[in-house]
Amino acid sequence: MASSSTPKYNSNSLESSSSKRTLKDGTNWEQNEEIPRLPGETRVTDKDVIYMCPFNGPVKGRVYITNYRLYLRSVENDPVVVLNVPLGVISRIEKMGGASSRGENSYGLDITCKDMRNLRFALKQEGHSRRDIFEVLTKYAFPQSHNLLFFAFLNEEKFSENGWMVYNPMSEYRRQGLPNERWRVTFINEHYGLCDTYPSLLVVPYNATDDDLKKVAAFRSRNRIPVLSWFHPETQAVIMRCSQPLVGMSGKRNKDDERYLDIIREANGQISKLTIYDARPNVNAVANKATGGGYEGEDAYPNAELFFLDIHNIHVMRESLKKLKDIVYPNVEESHWLSSLESTHWLEHIKLVLTGAIQVADKVSSGRSSVLVHCSDGWDRTAQLTSLAMLMLDSYYRTIEGFEVLVQKEWISFGHKFASRIGHGDKNHADADRSPIFLQFIDCVWQMSKQFPTAFEFNEQFLITILDHLYSCRFGTFLYNSESVREKEKVTEKTLSLWSLINSEKSKYINPFYTKELNRALYPVASMRHLELWVNYYIRWNPRIRQQQPNPVEQRYMELLALRDDYIRRLEELQITNNSKIPNSSGSSASPSQMMSQVQTHF
Amino acid sequence: EIHIKEPIEKEVNPHLLPGELLLCEASTVYKYIQEDGSNRGTYGKLVCTNFKIAFLDDDSTSDDNEPQFKNKIVGENDITLQCVDQIYGVYDEKKKLLTGQLRKYPEKLIIYCKDLRVFNFCLRYTKEEEVKRIVSGIVHHSQTPKLLKRLFLFSYASAAPNNTDGRNQTVMFDTLEDWRDELERTKGNVKYKAVTTNEGYRVSEKLPLYFVVPICVSEESILKYEGRGIPIWCWSCHNGAALLKMSAFPKEQDDSASQMQKAFLDGIYKTISKPPYELLKTDDLSSSLPSLQDIQTAYTRFKQLFLIDNSTDFWATDVKWFSLLESTNWLEIIRRVLRKAIEVAECLERQHTNVLLIEESATDLCCVISSLVQVMMDSYSRTKSGFQSLIQKEWVVGGHGFLDRCNHLHKSDKEEAPVFLLLLNCVWQLVQQYPPAFEFTETYLTVLSDSLYVPIFSTFFFNSQHQKDTNTRGEGLKTQSSPFRFLTVWDWSVQFDPKAQAFLNNPLYAEKPKPDKSQRKTTRFKHQRQLSLPLTQTKSSTKRGFFREETDHLIKNILGKRIGKFINSSDEPSNSFREFYDSWHSKPIDYHGLLLPCIDGPEIKVWAQRYLRWIPEAQLHGGGTIATTAKILDLMEEVQSLQVKMDEEHSQAISGDVHSVPLLRNSARLSSLFPFALLQRQSIKPALPTSTWKDLEDEEDLVKRDDEFVDLCGDML
Repeated sequence: MASSSTPKYNSNSLESSSSKRTLKDGTNWEQNEEIPRLPGETRVTDKDVIYMCPFNGPVKGRVYITNYRLYLRSVENDPVVVLNVPLGVISRIEKMGGASSRGENSYGLDITCKDMRNLRFALKQEGHSRRDIFEVLTKYAFPQSHNLLFFAFLNEEKFSENGWMVYNPMSEYRRQGLPNERWRVTFINEHYGLCDTYPSLLVVPYNATDDDLKKVAAFRSRNRIPVLSWFHPETQAVIMRCSQPLVGMSGKRNKDDERYLDIIREANGQISKLTIYDARPNVNAVANKATGGGYEGEDAYPNAELFFLDIHNIHVMRESLKKLKDIVYPNVEESHWLSSLESTHWLEHIKLVLTGAIQVADKVSSGRSSVLVHCSDGWDRTAQLTSLAMLMLDSYYRTIEGFEVLVQKEWISFGHKFASRIGHGDKNHADADRSPIFLQFIDCVWQMSKQFPTAFEFNEQFLITILDHLYSCRFGTFLYNSESVREKEKVTEKTLSLWSLINSEKSKYINPFYTKELNRALYPVASMRHLELWVNYYIRWNPRIRQQQPNPVEQRYMELLALRDDYIRRLEELQITNNSKIPNSSGSSASPSQMMSQVQTHF
Repeated sequence: EIHIKEPIEKEVNPHLLPGELLLCEASTVYKYIQEDGSNRGTYGKLVCTNFKIAFLDDDSTSDDNEPQFKNKIVGENDITLQCVDQIYGVYDEKKKLLTGQLRKYPEKLIIYCKDLRVFNFCLRYTKEEEVKRIVSGIVHHSQTPKLLKRLFLFSYASAAPNNTDGRNQTVMFDTLEDWRDELERTKGNVKYKAVTTNEGYRVSEKLPLYFVVPICVSEESILKYEGRGIPIWCWSCHNGAALLKMSAFPKEQDDSASQMQKAFLDGIYKTISKPPYELLKTDDLSSSLPSLQDIQTAYTRFKQLFLIDNSTDFWATDVKWFSLLESTNWLEIIRRVLRKAIEVAECLERQHTNVLLIEESATDLCCVISSLVQVMMDSYSRTKSGFQSLIQKEWVVGGHGFLDRCNHLHKSDKEEAPVFLLLLNCVWQLVQQYPPAFEFTETYLTVLSDSLYVPIFSTFFFNSQHQKDTNTRGEGLKTQSSPFRFLTVWDWSVQFDPKAQAFLNNPLYAEKPKPDKSQRKTTRFKHQRQLSLPLTQTKSSTKRGFFREETDHLIKNILGKRIGKFINSSDEPSNSFREFYDSWHSKPIDYHGLLLPCIDGPEIKVWAQRYLRWIPEAQLHGGGTIATTAKILDLMEEVQSLQVKMDEEHSQAISGDVHSVPLLRNSARLSSLFPFALLQRQSIKPALPTSTWKDLEDEEDLVKRDDEFVDLCGDML
């Protein structure tokens, strides 16, 4: 039983704590079963292996494979080592050593995971013992490559909340005060006829007809026309998102697109220029002309001002994360930690994304100007920028529900290609389409929550849980590339939403320090002096990097809260007693000071 | 008696402390507000006294916004002469260091302070005569060599007789009694004794009047080499093992002399490694730790990163921030010192051996290591009075040369080294890693570091107890005047009123339940539990085969960290170090027990409060750790008022005894720089990097690629 296990290290690595976590997650774990199972989860195979733990050395254990997870438990009980890995996390499975390899533990499997770790198992060399386990793992880790269903479609969990109800585009736009006399809702994309990577419901300027939109679509990469993301209630300025214009080498122009951008500018009665933020570095935007893309030139768009935000492409980000993994896993770089960290450029990219988002937010807020954000296709960098700017400007998105809406809206519904970027169930680990764009966004959110520890309703565990299920394929939330495909695959009918899990046990994800503040812009400082490596995520497998759980500051606060509530309760009781004129209250008089001695005050 | 500026008084005369004399002044000086890099600022008077440089604002309207955390001695526009780090003059946009005699007078004056403030004064509108006087005055009084007796300390002490009852809970270690009590507290009195041999400084002027040595060490041997080669007791561990320090013999030219010294040392070692004494390990810190020179160089580079002229400067250095930090080597030195302290703790705690720290004078790195070890092992040292007593024991009375190391008198740059700051930086790492374990806050450490430069306290302005004693008596023979009575820095009421002092107390401190005898036993029990861990064999031997690479890596790491001069020089120390470190970290933390710092790269951080507190660009409006601390304080206040109400309900009478909790106005909007620089930004415009990108040299091919290879021209057909 999990509760009796004594992990060797009290880190939050899966080896020690996640067995308990999964239990709390609603996992079924019968007394007589060896492993935890979700409803709908079936055992496939098991085998004796040696887990080559990079921290504790080789561990003899038995590995169990289900259609959802890889589960390992050590043979020895002191300490119990447990691995509990959803197969969705696996990026690559390699065979190590051959039948003739010499040396102890030289024959086995090496599993590369998407969540910053590798798992190595050594097997007995006799009788090709590794073949079947390799095949089973490959099959269930990469269901897409084997014409199998994602586990999300087999999952039979039940939750008290239905996460699919969290996001309703119409009510979200209404919350923003839309539609109004200047902005309208259009159903032109109801059957994804205008743009197959956009949601069905869009908000556009009142003065632009559906016919105009169709013409504009012809001039925007993949028909991703400028549509509204967010509306500033005071300045009336808006954040718009789109893809690059199809300018090409010859410098093509499109009157409809030019007029459409002018309509956007005029929609908030703005006299100054419309601000366009091109997320790419200038040179890349220019280079894109060669393949038919480009950016809004001054001649064609005299009423617009264009800025480049210098954020690099998906390949650069992938490379950067790879380098980061090199310096933190399995061992944290010993000497020259800081320069090693710098050479990964990971935090530098974070800084640039945040800087871009701050600029967008500030322009809309104090600049009182509408902005248009795009990169090449408008589903990677653009999503990062619009969602972060919205998070800075609109405190609703800093609540648990609001953040879920934000992710649902700016990322999932607007076609961030989760399937391609993560490679759900796909064996092609070297696919150039993979990139940690969403992870980078979550990292930016974490940086903000670190800088403003009272501004977010959710805690770090919330963000980590989102990232864990970004890969797990237990929920339908992040599956597929666009809303149109999700509709075709009937995702909301056949799978569960991650938000069901989270909203059913919200208390786990609440930041006790959260202080509700309405209408307050929250600008992080995008300086290396404040940006930090998210150790609790990137280095969480390393037991030597200690996390104090629970966080002592948080714990102290919770104690005080409990004490306050206790006092209030006693005070009420006491007042009742005193009112009923019972003079002797000595029975309880010792207790307040006793309580105070536990939570002392030494001022 | 200290006069504090009242909000009503609208005079432009400086507020002088007793004994403080106005030396020179200049009017219509323009002080730039560093806030936004614009040329905004205020006119005022710049004055220089025998205590400080001060800028007096012409319109003191800011008084309605009285800061909550105010230093009564040093105002926000005051710079004590000892706090001045460097002065630059600006001539035609060019910065020039000002040191001695000046031929030309600058149009701008930039003063960099040791507490990391930067002041920019424009002298363009000031009369030439006044410019000459004020600039040469400031440079002369703050940058040129000085006699000890010229320190403001003495004028202040004679003008303001110290009537405060300096006796708080801090043990000063200037009496035999204090040492005996300390021996008793740590149960060291069985094997160690406090000696009076140095009365009248017969042994050495560098040693304190009273100190503690092993019982078996004779008075003759102490006297023989002026106390050199004598193990001096610092502290005893609960298991009886002791931490000792020893002043080494200087390199002798004379062969026979060095032979004799060697024989003497051998004799000493022999006596104190026999039972009842534990095994002895020695550690020569001058070879196993960076030199004072290295420390000074590292800190000089490090602090430069925070002395920022303007916003452009800030963002320009931001791009390469991590490598800049690393190149200073300061954080690496902190890491090595913490590591050394863990090694020593391991010997004491787990191996039950005595550790003897050796250094030429035993008053620099010995102080750092012995203090750190005690902070880690003795929870008393993590209380405010315990920490202050520790500083008294190891540093002030222990004979750390504050005067020379801080170069307060500008006598020699060669002696300067931020040894005490190094300790505070290391303790800060522990404070931020284990907030509930300390009674004091990081703000306490920050103001303590600032107090190094406030010459009204004797604490940090002498090289030794002997120097203090001889200078306290007044002027040699003509002792008609009574001896000086100096203030001690530990009397925090001199600098801060009770409300401000509340910021020095940690609301997260988990106070020890009760110091009764049964408690003592449980602590011991806990220690033993730590010791009786299953000492699992390092598994490196079993790692072979395809795990080979990592094993090698591991071995390389271990070897790279081999301990310097421990007597047994096998691989054993670093292995047992790892084991000790790992096994401690695998247990739940006992905030009143042994505390080991985490020393992995990502865990060693920059002490942001001290180093970033004056930099407006680094300000988080409504953020930072103060945001959560403020919420805790608010709640504590609520709980306390409920408690008062409860008492009232009980006794039906008002109890007058209410503790003060710092009241934070509008706490959600506090700046992360709180309680220091209180910048009132006009707007809440976000800080935007002005210089951002550098080349991704090695990734040019990736950089140029499109996200996805799709020819959009094709789409158009």
